[in-house]
Amino acid sequence: MGNERKLRILIAKPGLDGHDRGARVIARALRDAGFEVIYTGCHQTPEQIVQTALQEDVDMIGLSILSGAHNYSFPRIMELLRENNAEDIVVVGGGIFPLEDIPKLKAIGIKEIFTPGSKLEDIVKWVRENVKPRKAAA
Amino acid sequence: MGTKMFSESAIERIEQEYKEWLQEYEKALQKLPERLERFSTVSDMEVKSLYTPLDIKHKDYMEDIGFPGCYPFTRGVQTTMYRARLWTMRMFAGLGTAEQTNERFHYLINHGETGLSVAFDFPTLMGYDTDSPLARGECGRCGVAIDTIEDMQRLFAGINLEEVTTSMTINPPASVIWAMYIANAENEGYSRRKLGGTIQNDCLKEFIAQKTLMLPPEPSLRLVVDTVEFGTREVPRWNTISISGYHIREAGATAVQELAFTIYDGITYVEECIKRGLNVDDFAGRLSFFWNSHIDFFEEIAKMRAARRMWARIMKNRFKAQNPRSMMCRFHVQTAGCSLTAQEPYNNIIRTTTEALAAILGGCQSLHTNSLDEVYMIPSEFAVKIALRTQQILAYEVGVANVIDPLAGSYYVEALTDRMEEEANEYIRKLDEMGGMVAAIEKNYPQMEIADSAYRFQQQVERGEKVIIGINMFPSEIPPLEVLKIDPEIERLQIERLHRFKERRNKIKVQKALDELRRRCEGKPCWENNVMPALIEAVKAGATEQECCDVYREVFGTYTDPASF
Repeated sequence: MGNERKLRILIAKPGLDGHDRGARVIARALRDAGFEVIYTGCHQTPEQIVQTALQEDVDMIGLSILSGAHNYSFPRIMELLRENNAEDIVVVGGGIFPLEDIPKLKAIGIKEIFTPGSKLEDIVKWVRENVKPRKAAA
Repeated sequence: MGTKMFSESAIERIEQEYKEWLQEYEKALQKLPERLERFSTVSDMEVKSLYTPLDIKHKDYMEDIGFPGCYPFTRGVQTTMYRARLWTMRMFAGLGTAEQTNERFHYLINHGETGLSVAFDFPTLMGYDTDSPLARGECGRCGVAIDTIEDMQRLFAGINLEEVTTSMTINPPASVIWAMYIANAENEGYSRRKLGGTIQNDCLKEFIAQKTLMLPPEPSLRLVVDTVEFGTREVPRWNTISISGYHIREAGATAVQELAFTIYDGITYVEECIKRGLNVDDFAGRLSFFWNSHIDFFEEIAKMRAARRMWARIMKNRFKAQNPRSMMCRFHVQTAGCSLTAQEPYNNIIRTTTEALAAILGGCQSLHTNSLDEVYMIPSEFAVKIALRTQQILAYEVGVANVIDPLAGSYYVEALTDRMEEEANEYIRKLDEMGGMVAAIEKNYPQMEIADSAYRFQQQVERGEKVIIGINMFPSEIPPLEVLKIDPEIERLQIERLHRFKERRNKIKVQKALDELRRRCEGKPCWENNVMPALIEAVKAGATEQECCDVYREVFGTYTDPASF
């Protein structure tokens, strides 16, 4: 039964950049694929994103960023998830990342990075294969 | 006397011949069918196989097309266009610290750029100083960090501010940054009456697309009118708003949506200025526009020609402007960042060249050409030089600047120009019915129209109906590319510098100036309460960008993204 619950996904935009075209397109594509999608809007702090993720009890967070400030916000979000015992929430990133930053982001626990040109279809498939509903909190 | 371009008998004859030709066409298709089921522009506007005089048979030359420099300005805003003066080559630039950006400015000027354009980093764009907790990790990444008048002084060191015009892409804090520019120029001995340039200062498109959000719409408009009023009286060579379609298009709008929403933003600013008591002919001549030049060549040219004609008609008929200058849609163009690919980045040079050519044939007054590596980062010197050289080759080698509006009279371009105007006017009627742009924004209307277009386009790309080379046709990997690096250490240095600056200044003087700014913000909008004189005093006394913006936020409240998708 529990496994039939729809996946809940938070699409979030950390930092001050307002390039939200990608985030909104992805949010729609995931919704159309049958997931429950919550979108934070622009200009979210890591604290706000993690708080929303916990409140909304999401299974995955998709972080969209194009400003280059990911080396601050991504590690901070991972740290806050750990502090809140929520490190089992799958976190992925999308946007513009220098190639050499990608292994570093994966090393801190970001499961996947989607770069420009990624297909919506492939992203949906990745979510289906890699994200499972979180076990209900005790 | 009318100036119709074809006689009735000519049209009759062409109509007959056209029918026969269509039959031939159908026959030929039976042997070899068309390549596509449907031919459409990048904005998904369906186009026919052939355009003829029949498509423009109702056009009246003097009423609809006319002469360059003459109403309705379809063929260009200046009489001589590029025969007398080329467009301004104005590369959008900003990186790291003020010193690094100043170095880039000199590099570009030394390579023949003819105007400056400042890209600010995100904290500056949002009205935060580098030491704000919200600014962590952002310093100098997407532009230059400007916190104080001293940063402004470093930014323009060695540049003659009465000779070079400067465009500044700054929106909610536009009044503050403009005050810093004026104050710095005066400190350097220049007269504000001789300063030329542009502040983007287009708050409406922030709610619609760019999302540099600070204040709610109403007080944002009040500040825009303050700057227009101040410019009209004190800085007469300054363009006080650059009414921008660029970001609306980048967010996913079609060409028609870009045109319609931007023109309607323009209508809103004019209405607000008139409400303040300004005379339309006193300020409208300093309003300028900013269009995107996307990848669909003819569609862009048609859009820019339609924009000129629409704005002229609106200013004349809706606002009863008398001065022809008030009716001129003068504009800057940037090639479409969203058309570039991270895959095979050198192909971006070709895309940008085509888009720049469309901007020139569309009659732009100034132009930024994107660099091949702008998909990844602020451009490297190597890449930005190619982008500037692209404009210079088009200007000096190719011959496209020799003849004014050379595509006028093309059946296709004229028909497409008409269609742009007609479809944009549909939106304008709709926005009028909704009670104007602010009401429409509150209903999320333009935001969702754009989101729908963006999603539709993405689905068309997925299905292969819209082609992007390197992405869905001849797909390729993202290669490693040598790109500009911003040293994360500059954030610490900028914060230290800001703190030293704050310690040095006369705190009582700063506080008094900020109190005066607050008093004006709280007062009724009018010349006596115009924020600009108070801001100039405040930044001269040493108030930082954020300290001024905090006064705004405290008095006017803030606005958060409604997060629709």
